[in-house]
Amino acid sequence: MTARIGVVTFPGTLDDRDSLRAVRIAGAEPVSLWHRDKDLKQVDAVVLAGGFSYGDYLRAGAISRFSPVMETIIEQAKAGLPVLGICNGFQILTESHLLPGAMLRNNHLHFICREQKLRVENAETAWTADYEAGQEIQVPLKNMDGRYVADERTLDELEAEGRVAFRYLDMNPNGSLRDIAGITNAAGNVVGLMPHPEHAVEPLIGTGRTDGLGFFTSILKKLVNAS
Amino acid sequence: MTLDTVKHAAETPDVEQPWKELGLKEDEYARIREILGRRPTGAELAMYSVMWSEHCSYKSSKVHLKQFGDKVPENDAMLVGIGENAGVVDVGQGYAVTFKVESHNHPSYIEPYQGAATGVGGIVRDILAMGARPVAVVDPLRFGAADHPDTKRVLPGVVAGIGGYGNCLGLPNIGGEVVFDECYQGNPLVNAGCIGVMKHEDIHLAKASGPGNKVILYGARTGGDGIGGVSVLASETFESTGPAKRPAVQVGDPFQEKLLIECTLEIFKEKLVAGIQDLGGAGLSCATSELASAGSGGMRVELDTVHLRDSSLSPEEILMSESQERMCAVVEPQHVDRFMEICEKWDVIATVIGEVTEGSQLEIFWHGEQIVDVPPRTVAHEGPVYHRPFARPSWQDALQADDAGKLPRPQSGAELKDQVLKLVSSPNQASKSWITDQYDRFVQGNTVLAMPEDAGMVRIDEESNLGVAMATDGNGRYAKLDPYTGAQLALAEAYRNVAASGAKPLAISDCLNFGSPEDPDVMWQFAEATRGLADGCLQLGTPVTGGNVSLYNQTGETAIHPTPVVAVLGVIDDVNRRTPIAFAEEGQLLYLLGDTREEFGGSAWSQVVHDHLGGLPPQVDLDREKLLGEILISGSRDGMIDAAHDLSDGGLIQAVAESCLKGGKGARLVVPDGLDAFTFLFSESAGRAIVSVPRSEELRFTDMCGARGLPATRIGVVDGESIDVQGEFTLELTELRTAHEATIPALLA
Repeated sequence: MTARIGVVTFPGTLDDRDSLRAVRIAGAEPVSLWHRDKDLKQVDAVVLAGGFSYGDYLRAGAISRFSPVMETIIEQAKAGLPVLGICNGFQILTESHLLPGAMLRNNHLHFICREQKLRVENAETAWTADYEAGQEIQVPLKNMDGRYVADERTLDELEAEGRVAFRYLDMNPNGSLRDIAGITNAAGNVVGLMPHPEHAVEPLIGTGRTDGLGFFTSILKKLVNAS
Repeated sequence: MTLDTVKHAAETPDVEQPWKELGLKEDEYARIREILGRRPTGAELAMYSVMWSEHCSYKSSKVHLKQFGDKVPENDAMLVGIGENAGVVDVGQGYAVTFKVESHNHPSYIEPYQGAATGVGGIVRDILAMGARPVAVVDPLRFGAADHPDTKRVLPGVVAGIGGYGNCLGLPNIGGEVVFDECYQGNPLVNAGCIGVMKHEDIHLAKASGPGNKVILYGARTGGDGIGGVSVLASETFESTGPAKRPAVQVGDPFQEKLLIECTLEIFKEKLVAGIQDLGGAGLSCATSELASAGSGGMRVELDTVHLRDSSLSPEEILMSESQERMCAVVEPQHVDRFMEICEKWDVIATVIGEVTEGSQLEIFWHGEQIVDVPPRTVAHEGPVYHRPFARPSWQDALQADDAGKLPRPQSGAELKDQVLKLVSSPNQASKSWITDQYDRFVQGNTVLAMPEDAGMVRIDEESNLGVAMATDGNGRYAKLDPYTGAQLALAEAYRNVAASGAKPLAISDCLNFGSPEDPDVMWQFAEATRGLADGCLQLGTPVTGGNVSLYNQTGETAIHPTPVVAVLGVIDDVNRRTPIAFAEEGQLLYLLGDTREEFGGSAWSQVVHDHLGGLPPQVDLDREKLLGEILISGSRDGMIDAAHDLSDGGLIQAVAESCLKGGKGARLVVPDGLDAFTFLFSESAGRAIVSVPRSEELRFTDMCGARGLPATRIGVVDGESIDVQGEFTLELTELRTAHEATIPALLA
C-alpha cells in the first residue's frame, strides 16, 4: 500500500504541480487540494507548496492562513497530521502559528534564485528521517521574503530542543538569523523551510541533483510503516 | 460635457478634434473622415489613433515585413503563421509550440519596474491567447554604458520588474541577453519572449464569428493607466523636454495574471470559446476591432458594462486604456454560464459586454447612445501604409573603411593575458548571474538548461522527454557596420546556440529595434536588416512565425544601433541528450569546429581594448551554419560530445573561459598551425563552436566531421585548474572567476 499526500493550491500557488510530481516520484499517491475546500480528502499528509499565494499581498502567507482549507489543516496538524511547508508554505505555517517566528524581506532586498547548500540538523522529523543528522544537501532556493527572524528566547528554545531542522551552509542567502533555513514543531510532524526540495527530485532537471527526494521518501516510509 | 455620439458627429462636422495630440498625422485624420463619410466621434478618433499608431499598425515597416511571407522556406512544421497573436509550430508527438518576442522599450525607460513587468505580462497573454500554457520566458535586454549613472536607475528597476512579475507568475526565466552600449543610453531595449505549449487541437485564434455569440471581457478592472501607451509613447521620438509621460505606462498585477492564466486554461480545456484575444497595446480598441475584423465583421458592444477601477473614466479613455491582465473572449450563448462559473472559481471578474451581430459594422454604445459605428477592418487591418524613403547613410562607407584589423594587437604572452582578463571582466562579457539570479529558473520543474547556457531548454512531456529550446541573439555593433549581414549574424548565432544545446532549430521570431522611420538612414538600416533576415531564414529553412517592430528608439537626433534580435526555437526528442556548456570531465579533448579568420570588425576585443567600432562584421555562411548545426545535433544525439559552446562575441577565449568556469575545470590549449595566438583567441568568425569530446569518441567524431566536410581542429584538453595557452600564458581559474564575476555586482549592486 502507499500513502496519500495532498498538495494545496491557493490562488497564486506556483509549485503545486512540482510538489505533486515529487510525491509521485517518491512513490506516494498525489492528491490535489483546493483552498476553498475544508475537506482534505482523507490524505495522510499535506504539502503547502511555494509561490505567491494571494500575490503576497499584505504579507506573504497572511491571507492564505485564513482560507477554509487551512482551518482543517491547522486543526489536524495539532493532532499530528504531517505538514510540510515549502517557501510560501513555510510563510503560511508561521502566519498560522503552527511554527514560531516570521519571514522578512531578504536583507539585500532582491529576489534570489540559487543552488543552496544546507545542513540537515534534525533527521528525526516526519519529513527528514531519510537523511542523516549533519548531512549536507544542495537544493534550489528562490525567494523574496526569506529572512527568518524570531526573538532571542524563541531562537534559544529552537536550538535547545533541536528544532532547527536545516541551516544554510557556505552562504546565508537572505540574512536569516542563526543561518536558519527551516524548523520543525516539537512533535516533528510540522516542518517548514525556505529552500525547495521539490525542485531537486530528478537527475536531469533543475540542479541536476536529487537531494530533495528524501523529504518525500521520509514521509512515505513513515506513513507506510505506521499503517 | 455632452456625449459625442455618432449622430452628434454627423451634425457637427466642423468641431475641432485633437487628432494631433493623439499622434495622428493630418492626412490620416482626413482619411478617417473619408472612410466614415463624416468626422469621427471622440471615441472613434480614440480608436483610430491607437490602432493606426506605428506600434499597432506597422505602417512604416509593413512593406518590408512582407518579405517574411514571400520568402517562406518549405517547412511543414508551421501550423499558424504571421498575423495571429503568435506563430505556432509543430514539434511532434501531437504538441504544438507558440512563441514570440516583443518590445517594451519606451515604457521601461520612463518607469523601469512597471515597464518591464508589463512587458512580460503582455507577451505571456499573447501566448495564452493562442490556447497554450506558457512554459518559459526569456529577456533580451540592452542598456546604456554600464557605468553611466542612469543605467543604475534603469537596470535594477527593469530586472526587478521582470523578476517581480515573472517569478510571481510561475514561469521559469531560461535565457536572454544583457548588453551595454552607450547608444542605448536614453533608450534601453527591453524585449520579452515567451514560449507556450499546447496540443494541436487546442490552437485558438482571435476572431469573432457566429452572430449571437457573446463577447466577454474578463480579468482585471479597467483603469486609467496606459492611456495612449502605443501612440504617444511607443510611436514617437523621445524629447528631453515636455510633460511627464509616466501616466502612459501601465501598472501590472502578476497575481491577477496568474489567476487569468489558470482560469483561461481551464476554459480552453472545456472548449468554451469560439475566439479569444488578449488586451495589450490599444486595449479594448484593439481587441474589439481585431476580433470583429477577423470574423464576420459585425459586433455590438455596450461600453458602460465594462467593470471600472475608476468610475469617472470617459468612453474614450475606456477604449484607449491599456490596463493589464484582461482578455476578451467570444462565447456561444450556451457556454456562457459555465464560462462564468470558471471565472468565479478563480476569482476573476467577467462581464458580457456585447455580442457578434449579423452586420459588418463595429458598433459601440454608451448608456444606450451610439458612439462608434465603423467598419472594423478599417481600424484593425486597413490602416495607413507608408513607403518611407530610405538611403544608404552618407557615413556608412567611412565607417566600413575604418578597419578594425589595423588596430594595434598584443605583442607578448603577458599582454595577451592582460587583454583576456580585460575582455572577460568587461561589462558585456562578464558574468550576468547578479541579474539572472533575480529570476526564478526552476519553477514548473521542467528546466533542463538555463542561463548562462547557450540556449534555454525545457521538457514539455515527462513521459517521452520531448523538449524545446530557445536562444535569442542580436548584435547592434555588427548591424551598425552592415545591417544586412548583422541581421544574418544574429540569426546565425541564435541558430548555432540552439544547435549547440542539442536541439534542432525549427522556426524564428524577431524583435526589430530601430530608430525613427522618418530618418532615411534608419529606414535603410531597417530595409537592409529585414532583407537579410528574410534571405537568411529562407536559406536556413527556418520560417519567421511572427514578431514585433519597435521604431522611434532614439533620443533627439541620435538613433540606437540597428538592433534586430532574433529568437530561434528548437526541438529535442529526448532532453537527456542535451549538451551543456560546462567542461566537466578531465582529459576530454577540445575541438574547434569551423574556420577562423582575421575578423575583428565590431568585435568585443575592438570595443574593450580600443573603444573602436568600424570595418566589416564577420562573414556569414549559412550553409556552413547549417552543417555545423547538424554536426552538433548528431554529436549530442549519439553521445560523441559532452559539452559544446558556440563562439560569438569575445571569440574562442570567452567561450573557453565560460565553459571552464561552469564546469570548474581548466584547459590546456595549443595554438593551431596557421593561426597566431591573438587571432586564435579573439577572432569572432561566425560558424564556429568548441566541443568537448570523450577520448573514446574522438575517432568517431572526427570521422563524422571529415566525411561531412566540417573543419575540426584539436586545440587542447580539459585539464587542471587554469587556462594554459601553450607558449603564451597561464591564467588561474580563481583569478579568472574573480575577474568574470565581480564586475556587474560592483557596478550595480
